[in-house]
Amino acid sequence: MTAMLDVKKLQVAYGGIKAIKGIDFHVNEGELVTLIGANGAGKSSTLRALSGLIKPAGGTVTYKGRDITGVPSHALVGLGIALCPEGRGVFARLNVHENLLMGAYSRDDKAQILREVDEIYTMIPRLKERTLQMAGTLSGGEQQMLAIGRAMLAQPKLLMLDEPSMGLAPLMVDKIFEIIRLIASRGTTILLIEQNAQLALENATRGYVLESGEITLQGDAKVLLADPRVKEAYLGG
Amino acid sequence: MAKLMQLKQDKRTQMVWFVALGVLILILPFLAGMLGQAWVRILNVTLLYVMLALGLNVVVGVAGLLDLGYVAFYAVGAYTWSLLASAHFNLHYPFWVLLPLGACLAALAGLMLGAPVLKLRGDYLAIVTLGFGEIVRILMNNFDKVGLPWSDETYNITNGPRGITGIDGLNLFGLDLRKGLDVSGFNVSGFNVSGLQLYYFVFLAFAILSVIGVYRLQHSRLGRAWQALREDEIAAKAMGINTRNIKLAAFGFGALTGGLAGGLFASMQGFVSPESFGLLESIMILAMVVLGGMGHIPGVILGAVLLSAMPEVIRYAADENVQQKIFGVVLIAPEVLRNLIFSLALILIMLFKPQGLWPSPEKK
Repeated sequence: MTAMLDVKKLQVAYGGIKAIKGIDFHVNEGELVTLIGANGAGKSSTLRALSGLIKPAGGTVTYKGRDITGVPSHALVGLGIALCPEGRGVFARLNVHENLLMGAYSRDDKAQILREVDEIYTMIPRLKERTLQMAGTLSGGEQQMLAIGRAMLAQPKLLMLDEPSMGLAPLMVDKIFEIIRLIASRGTTILLIEQNAQLALENATRGYVLESGEITLQGDAKVLLADPRVKEAYLGG
Repeated sequence: MAKLMQLKQDKRTQMVWFVALGVLILILPFLAGMLGQAWVRILNVTLLYVMLALGLNVVVGVAGLLDLGYVAFYAVGAYTWSLLASAHFNLHYPFWVLLPLGACLAALAGLMLGAPVLKLRGDYLAIVTLGFGEIVRILMNNFDKVGLPWSDETYNITNGPRGITGIDGLNLFGLDLRKGLDVSGFNVSGFNVSGLQLYYFVFLAFAILSVIGVYRLQHSRLGRAWQALREDEIAAKAMGINTRNIKLAAFGFGALTGGLAGGLFASMQGFVSPESFGLLESIMILAMVVLGGMGHIPGVILGAVLLSAMPEVIRYAADENVQQKIFGVVLIAPEVLRNLIFSLALILIMLFKPQGLWPSPEKK
C-alpha cells in the first residue's frame, strides 16, 4: 500500500542555514501521525514546507501518488489537504459563523456547506453558543476549536494541525484533543505537529521525533511513549 | 405584537429619514448656489472625495493593504482626460471613451504597483506605495521634455509644472455641462442651472454608482476573501484563497475608482497640474477612510464629506473679521489658524473615536 502523504529527503533552509536536513516520513490513509519535538526542532518548518507556505530546499512531497512539492497553499485545499495554522489564525473581525463559512471558500455547494456547518456546531457545541461573536473575542481554546472546525469545512482528506495545544490551559487541551480524536475516528487522516509529546503520542497511531532538523526516532506511538529516550527527553523522565 | 408594531414604526421612521436625506442631497446644489458657486464647487469636490475614499477603502479598509500613493491613480485618470481632450495635443475625444480609458489605465497602474509589492506588508508596503505616488507625480512634472537616446528632439507630453489648460468639459450628448442649463423657457423665469450644478448631478450619479459597486464587491466572494486576507494572510491561503490574485484585484479595483474620479475632476476643473496630486492628497484620502471608519461604507462616506467640507467651513470661521470681533485684533494668520483647527479636530477624533466616527458594527 502506498502512503497517502509521502515525504522524501525534505530539506528546508533559511538563507543557507538548514532547518530541516533531509527527513523522510509518511502518513497512511486513516492514520493519525504525529511529529513531535522540542522548540526549534523544525516542526513548524516541516509543516510550512508541506503546506506550500515556503519552498523546500530539496526533497519531494507526494500526496496520493502526485508530486505536490512546492505547490502553493491555496491550491492544496482543492486536492483535499487542509491546514490548521500555528497560532490558530482565526479571522478576528469576522464572527464565528463567517469564519466557518470561510473554510468552505473553495467550494460552492451552499446547501451542503450549511449542513456541514451545523455538523460542526453539533460536534463543537461551544461554537454554536458563540456563533455571532467576533472570533477575536473568543478565548484561546475556543479559537483553536474554531480553527479546526473551519479547516474541516474544506472537506479535507488530510488535515494538518500545527501545535493545536499551544498556549492553552490543560482542561482546554483535553477538549481540543477530544475533538481531534473525533475527527480521526470519522475517517479523516491527520498529521499532528505537537510539542506536548505525551498527549500527542497517546492519541496517535504512529509518531516521529524531530531533533535539530532530523528524525531521530520513529515508530508505533505506544512504543515511542514507552521508549526511555523519548521519556527522558520529552516526558520528564 | 407590540414588538412587531415597534419594528414597523422603526422601519417607517427610517424610511422618512431616508427620503429626507435623498431630497436634501437633490436640492443641496441649489441651496449652496444661493451662497455662491464656490460652494457648489466644494460640494462637487466632496463627491469626488467620496469616490476616492470608497476606492481606497477597498484597498486599505477591506483588504488591509496600506496604500500611501493612492492619489497617483487619480492623477492617471485626470491626465488621461486632460491629454486626450484638450488643445494640448488638439485631441477631443468624448467622455464615453475617456472615462473608461482613464479608469482602465489607472487600474493598469494599480496592477503595476501591486505586482512588485505582493510580498510586502504594513510599513514596508506603505513606503513603497508612497514612493510610487511620488514617482507618478514627478513623471507628470518632468514629462514636458522627453528625449530619446537616438535624437536631440524633445517631446512635451505633460507640459510639466505648468499643467494643462483648456481641457474640454463633460459633453453629455450635445449638452456641454460647463455652460449650464437655461430653463427660463419653461415658465420658471430667471431660474438657471449652473454648469457646476449640472456637474454635481453627474458626480452624484458616479458617487452612487461607486457606493453600489463597492457595496456589492464587499459582500461578494471576493470581498470575503479580502477580509480574510486583512485578518490573517496565512490562514487565508490555508482556506484556498489565492492571495496574489486578490491583492492585485484590490489594487486594480481601488485604482479604477480613483481613475474615474480623476477624469471627472479634469472635466470640471478645466486645468490640471502635478501640484494637485501630491503626497498630502494621498494622506488626506487615507485620513478620510481611517477617520470615517475603515471598511465601513457609511463611515467612509461620512469621513470624506467631513474632511473635505471641514477645511472650507473652518476657512470662514477662522476669518480675520471673526477674530477682530472677538479679540479686537487678528492674533493668528487665518491660514495658520485654519490648519491648526483642522489638525486639532483630526487628533481629537482619533483620541475619542479610535475606530473612526462610524465604524462597522462588527468591530465594536
